[in-house]
Amino acid sequence: MKYAFFLGCTIPARSRNYELSARKVADKLGIELIDVEEFICCGFPMKASDYKSAEIMGAYNLCLAQEKDLDICVLCSSCASQLTEVAHSLSEDGPDREQINDELSRAGLKYGGGVKVRHFARVLLEDIGIEKVKEHFIKDLSDLKTAIHYGCHYLKPSEIYDGFDDVENPKSIETLVALTGARVIDYPGKKRCCGGPVLPVEENVALSVAKEKLDDIVDAGADAMCLVCPFCSVMYDDNQKSIESEFGTDYNLPVLYLTQILGLAMGFDRKELGLNINVVKTKKILSKLGL
Amino acid sequence: MDKINLDQADSNFRKELASQPGGETISACFTCRTCTASCPITAVNDKFNPLRIIRMALYGLKEEVLTSDFIWLCSSCYACQERCPQGVSITEFMTLLKNLAVKEGNMPTGIRVQRDTIKGEGRIYPIDDFDNKKRAKVALPPIPTSCNVVEKLFPPVRN
Repeated sequence: MKYAFFLGCTIPARSRNYELSARKVADKLGIELIDVEEFICCGFPMKASDYKSAEIMGAYNLCLAQEKDLDICVLCSSCASQLTEVAHSLSEDGPDREQINDELSRAGLKYGGGVKVRHFARVLLEDIGIEKVKEHFIKDLSDLKTAIHYGCHYLKPSEIYDGFDDVENPKSIETLVALTGARVIDYPGKKRCCGGPVLPVEENVALSVAKEKLDDIVDAGADAMCLVCPFCSVMYDDNQKSIESEFGTDYNLPVLYLTQILGLAMGFDRKELGLNINVVKTKKILSKLGL
Repeated sequence: MDKINLDQADSNFRKELASQPGGETISACFTCRTCTASCPITAVNDKFNPLRIIRMALYGLKEEVLTSDFIWLCSSCYACQERCPQGVSITEFMTLLKNLAVKEGNMPTGIRVQRDTIKGEGRIYPIDDFDNKKRAKVALPPIPTSCNVVEKLFPPVRN
């Protein structure tokens, strides 16, 4: 199984732990992730200010995958939603194909449709299958209590995602986490946004949104949070200290990527999965797991 | 919050919005407030209220909406859009309003910086040699530190 590996902007600059752990898990499962040096920003952060230019950037990336005759695997939920949405708008009966192809002609490209975009978690569920994923687990994580954060663009807008999971009652990530033996605990604001897109507009509002979820998860007694998007991680891991000092709270809640949890179950060590790069220290959960 | 002042209404704004992607469905709004009740931003700051923004737009308060700070507080999480019983594309509508505000010269500095960085560098966080050194240390492949294709995709006249 082979995909063009779309890293986006946040992961190479700020989330090497996500990239490291995803590459390890993919390798173990025989998923070949092809690096495409020419990929640029998916366009998502520009959608609010310049929708058309954001679409052009998305389409440019789709063209690069098309040239290599590969579907795209992404780690970032915002990249997943932006590229999937552009692929829809540029599909055979999509509204924007002709106009965007005019713009792409300046770079000597033309999009013909057909490139599929899949989040890494979705590749595991749909293309690999849970039985095959489970075959590679050698460590039992049943001492770990996790709270899943789905985030928004991993699932929404639902009309572009072929109903692969239920927006109001999502199950896909906990299905994967539960395979490791780890306990998945419920909490009130499970579907709430991380607040990330508001960070460049009004930091205090963004941090207030993130704080609500950290409060709920710590109250529910989780050892760690599990997520699938680097920008959600910026809000909960990178900014956890700022939230604590801004609001006078104390969480000390490790924030793990799904791929780090799966990697632990596969027997990879702390450094191989970039757990030493996480901002909130992960040692206490590793010792709880006897690792 | 102040009462809505209809003296400034622009009766064409509604039609202008209806003809653009994201604006086609807003007249279906029957003010049930499901959007506002679902909004994670309203929950922490009532300056942002999606229902109020839709009503203001439908009343034609173009200038007030497009020069406001509050449209920029939408986090584009789609909670409202997924739940709207009338099928209003609320998140796409907020994106349309932000795009129109930019065309009129109104945008927060943070958003302007993001746009200019992406259009200039091809990435929101440009990669430098130091980043690649950190990547090499953990055996991750290097990422290009410059991007030429953006000049072709966005020739100066567009900017």
